[in-house]
Amino acid sequence: MSFKSELTKGLVRENPTFRILLGMCPTMATSLAISNGIGMGIAATFVLIGSNVIISMLRNVIPSRIRIPCFIVVIASFVTMVDLIMAAYVPKLHEVLGIFIPLIVVNCIILARAEAFASKNGVLYSLADGIGMGLGFTLALTGLSAIRELLGTGTLLAVPDFGFPGFKVFDRSLAAVMVILPPGGFITLGLLIGLLNSLTRRNKKAAQA
Amino acid sequence: MGEILVIFFGGVLLNNFILSRFLGICPFIGVSRQVETATGMGMAVIFVIGVASAVTWMVQYYILVPLGLGYLQTIAFILVIAALVQLVEMVIQKVSPVLYRALGIYLPLITTNCAVLGVAILNITEKYSLLEAAVNGIAGASGFTLAIVLFAAIRERMDLAPIPESLKGFPMALITAGLMSIAFLGFVGFRLKELFGVM
Repeated sequence: MSFKSELTKGLVRENPTFRILLGMCPTMATSLAISNGIGMGIAATFVLIGSNVIISMLRNVIPSRIRIPCFIVVIASFVTMVDLIMAAYVPKLHEVLGIFIPLIVVNCIILARAEAFASKNGVLYSLADGIGMGLGFTLALTGLSAIRELLGTGTLLAVPDFGFPGFKVFDRSLAAVMVILPPGGFITLGLLIGLLNSLTRRNKKAAQA
Repeated sequence: MGEILVIFFGGVLLNNFILSRFLGICPFIGVSRQVETATGMGMAVIFVIGVASAVTWMVQYYILVPLGLGYLQTIAFILVIAALVQLVEMVIQKVSPVLYRALGIYLPLITTNCAVLGVAILNITEKYSLLEAAVNGIAGASGFTLAIVLFAAIRERMDLAPIPESLKGFPMALITAGLMSIAFLGFVGFRLKELFGVM
């Protein structure tokens, strides 16, 4: 186990969204535009890093029978911080993400990393794990939201908080609005995971041949 | 009365937790292999959410607001919910061991079912009264149950269908849910307020 391998495993090999299939609710709900996806990803990454480090420090103090409530309190504290910070500095993004910011508390990725990694490993490795998993989540969210923003609105990279309307790729009247509606979230993510599965299978076959 | 009905049908059909709000996807995909377990999960969720809506509403307005501790909302709510789930788990274990074994790992996971915390927070942001909050919670959870039972029925049939290797399992489940979601989009046309005479 090395710092670097813990850091990079979350990006592709054990990507929380595409490989371990955790945290689906915020993934589909907030991937309407790249700015939302990145905002949500960064918020979750911050919470993940904070909770991983604190839980790893306290891992010998927390009694194992009540560890889950303890983890949740630590996570909820960081989520409250993120909630207040975002309300103060990026109010529009905060409004769009709405209920999904406090819901970072129940994002399975964060509790899963606390339980499966931070409660068993040292502070440094837990930090690396938090950064890696957080970035993996952000990456997946950004990729998915790029597809949905492009197909659903015809623009890319709109950032309402900075008053930036985004790059227009094609006319809005040609956009498939369904993609940014809830059904689009399910179907786009389903097809994307299917595509990644088939690429992995092809690579494996090529490696065997 | 009309307003209560608007909240109820709105919660079940229009703002379905899973299919239009993206709340509670993990148990939706995880416990939907058989209709029976899906029904059990749905019942457990209705019970937990109904109680949790009322209790979190009281925590918010009788404890947090008078003491000026509104910023502790997230922490307070999740602790209340975790305690409630523990209670429900113990009750089900005593009353129906069969259901307890069937629900298995997913019972404690109701704590991290985002629908429970989600509806508690929505009740506060929508400024519902205690009764409205409880109805909203039960309606949302009934919508969850409806969706998960229908979905389980579809999945039982799908086991026999020829599905491309790469789409098997999770991706196909998502696509199916997407198609169901399109069907539920149709309910958006309902004018509930006119139907129940609320202006």
